[in-house]
Amino acid sequence: MLIRLAASARNGWRQLTSMRTALMLLFLLALAAIPGSVLPQRSVSIEEVNAYFVERPDLAPVLDRLGGFDVYGSPWFSAIYLLLFVSLVGCVVPRLRDHLRSLRRAPVDAPRRLSRLPQHADQLAYSAPPAAAAEALRAGLRSRRWRAVVRGADAGPVTVSAEKGYLKETGNLLMHFAMLAVLVGVALGATLGWHGNTLVVAGPDHRFCNVLQQYDEFGLGTRAGAGSLPPFCFTLTDFDAEFTEGGQPTAFLAHGEVSEGGGDPRPVEFTVNSPLRLDGASVYLLGNGYAPVLRYTDRFGETQTSTTPFLPSDPQGTAQGVATFPDANVDPAGGGERDPSLQVAFQGLYLPTAPAEGPLVGSVHPEERAPTLFLQAFRGDLGIDSGTPQSVLELNQAQLDSGELAPVGEAVFLAPGETMTLADETTVEFVGTQRWVTISVRHDPGQPVALVGIGLLLAGLVGSLVGRRRRVWFRVTADPATPGHSLVEAAGLPRSDYSGFATEFSHLLAALPLTPIPDSELQPAGRST
Amino acid sequence: MAGLSDTFVVVAVLAYLVAMIGHAAEYAFGTRGAVARAAALVPSGGPLPGADPEPGSPPQPGGGRAALIGRGAVAMLVVGVAAHAVAVLTRGLAAERVPWGNMYEFVLSASLVGSVAWLFVLRRWPATRHLGLYVALANVVLLGIAGLWLYVPVGPLVAALNSYWLVIHVAAAALSSGIFLVGFVAAAMYLIKTGYDERGKRGFPYTLAPRLPGAETLERLSFRLHAFGFPIWTFAALIAGPIWAEAAWGRYWGWDPKEVWAFISWVVYAAYLHARATPSVKRTTAAWLAVAGWVTMLMNLFGVNLLFEGLHSYAGL
Ligand code: HEM
Repeated sequence: MLIRLAASARNGWRQLTSMRTALMLLFLLALAAIPGSVLPQRSVSIEEVNAYFVERPDLAPVLDRLGGFDVYGSPWFSAIYLLLFVSLVGCVVPRLRDHLRSLRRAPVDAPRRLSRLPQHADQLAYSAPPAAAAEALRAGLRSRRWRAVVRGADAGPVTVSAEKGYLKETGNLLMHFAMLAVLVGVALGATLGWHGNTLVVAGPDHRFCNVLQQYDEFGLGTRAGAGSLPPFCFTLTDFDAEFTEGGQPTAFLAHGEVSEGGGDPRPVEFTVNSPLRLDGASVYLLGNGYAPVLRYTDRFGETQTSTTPFLPSDPQGTAQGVATFPDANVDPAGGGERDPSLQVAFQGLYLPTAPAEGPLVGSVHPEERAPTLFLQAFRGDLGIDSGTPQSVLELNQAQLDSGELAPVGEAVFLAPGETMTLADETTVEFVGTQRWVTISVRHDPGQPVALVGIGLLLAGLVGSLVGRRRRVWFRVTADPATPGHSLVEAAGLPRSDYSGFATEFSHLLAALPLTPIPDSELQPAGRST
Repeated sequence: MAGLSDTFVVVAVLAYLVAMIGHAAEYAFGTRGAVARAAALVPSGGPLPGADPEPGSPPQPGGGRAALIGRGAVAMLVVGVAAHAVAVLTRGLAAERVPWGNMYEFVLSASLVGSVAWLFVLRRWPATRHLGLYVALANVVLLGIAGLWLYVPVGPLVAALNSYWLVIHVAAAALSSGIFLVGFVAAAMYLIKTGYDERGKRGFPYTLAPRLPGAETLERLSFRLHAFGFPIWTFAALIAGPIWAEAAWGRYWGWDPKEVWAFISWVVYAAYLHARATPSVKRTTAAWLAVAGWVTMLMNLFGVNLLFEGLHSYAGL
């Protein structure tokens, strides 16, 4: 029983580590990767996944259970590549052992019948006795970077065996092992890496510090925690953007100040394709926009200012957002108690460049050339205290529906510096705008490992593809006709697909100090073996 | 300058069309003529014709109307490649940057690489001349698609593409795509040839087989091209791409649809090389994998940009 089990295990292992299985698994891996490009993936865009659930409420949960929205982390995808890597190890480790052995061992001895090999030449002479001739051949091969060895004694035939092209197998093994290194790098990133995304408005009031609480969204590797985040703070001081006349962005540059580990602030700049490299973290520029600054003066004469990032909804910078003043109209005499029915909010559309004529429905250029804010005031209970999550883009729909929050007056267009007066004599001033950027802060300690791995993979691959393993043999015998001279028979065998071997072989023979025996000296039978 | 580029694209398409017709005419006239002899000259199992650099290699088949038309077709193809090159060059000069900043330009540049790779193949292995029909056809189709559906006026790069990695990554991708294109043609012709010779297939497209070079030649040619293109693709998709992605998006690999399909292509081509190195796997199976590899490349070039929303989508379109 045990023996049979062991036998079938051995058989299974042999199957798994065969080239055919590797081929099947490679093909399966390619197939299994396809759904991840067709279905939205959580790791790429959670919004699209959510949208898919809304669009296909019946299908989405089924796909979800099958791992359809998380293909590259799904059990079946993992199973394929893990099997592939097990197969890889099982295949490559014995090959490495064989290869190391063959590197240490002398090239194999000549086969008995050299004339059977693909390349063969036998009417060759050398003007020295066999031992000396073989030694000279070996030296000649060595200088051409063949590994060569002489076998036999002066009494009998002496053979020279030589081999070249170990690079092929070396490169091939390096390539396959390097894949393991890449996998280790990826795994390191998944366990120790972390990232967070956030929006930073320009100005010292909006300083960002690298703690989890300050991120809008973050992801931690399985073994990363809050302590993995290096301490630094960042202030956005300025943001430059350049556009073509058509509104296509051509350059961005974020300016700021960074203090790392409690040190002094230093000026920094970063842009798309050129992140800010800090100790233990990199900061990437993802997006940008404008945050209108509104100053609201309530019925008690109290003034509050809000800077609200508006999110662009088209390439020309048309952006929308909501500014809320939950603490507006609090009677200073009333002990600071909020009156929910008197909270104030503004819903707005911001146009960096309003069209000179025509309806003001959208910006015509993403630069601030004719900034205009289209503002609608609302008064009432914002619904903030009810505990339902608030959208930064929209007012609480339930409050609007119930009428507890209602528009007041007409919407108005404001240029920077302009003020609108509401029916209750309160005022709101559109002070101007601040720039904001969205940034991603990341660290992946596996990155250098993966990079070195893939670099070695490429190096090994090139070696494996250009390398050509081949062997040549020379059999040297004493020339019975001319004492002190030798007769040489040579043969060659390419061990990998190599159409130029015949040429190389003839060049090699020409380069070694062998002389073809003139036909006149050939005796009909005696010379060839 | 931009107008000049557009004009030369048209000239290139016309020249490729004429070359295509020429090659087709050569097929039509060459039933028992030079083409068949050229095919017969390729010893099956022997080294590639022309691979032997010694002087006195077999003379090229000459004489006959078909051969004349064939040579004319090759000349026209060279004219097409020249016009194609000028179109790419002037496009780059007009935009004052590398001419592969959007999908239109990428198709223009990648197909040029394919054509130039083909001219190299033609020089080394003249007996494969008749495959020029497919190279010309592929170019007409690709340039046609580019001109009709992908065209965008010359403009500066979007900020996201403004990186020297654009030069490196996209150049490597275009280079390997062009090489894979020619490798695919050879693999497909090999399948046609073996289908005709070994399985007695006689319908279209197997009717082309008698005029093709020997199966062995085609198979070797396909392997050489894929073996040459694969490391370049590895560099483009798995090294330069991730390095750029890290700088641009903060992660070197994120399974964006373009990345997914680049990975799929890589795995399929790796499977092809494996299949070819496995003695128990038939060469035709390997050739089918090469064909599948090219399908995934096309999917990546056209399918992904047109069907899926992803980070790479801004690349013009
Ligand atoms: C992770 C998946 C794998 C990938 C991406 C991969 C990739 C490659 C590539 C691209 C080549 C071609 C290089 C050349 O021809 O010199 C190759 C060759 C080879 N692979 Fe793999 N491989 C994988 C797994 C395996 C496994 C599991 C085995 C063993 C069963 C294996 C055995 C071989 C062998 C023996 C060769 C050399 C063929 C020759 O003689 O040229 N590989 N591999």
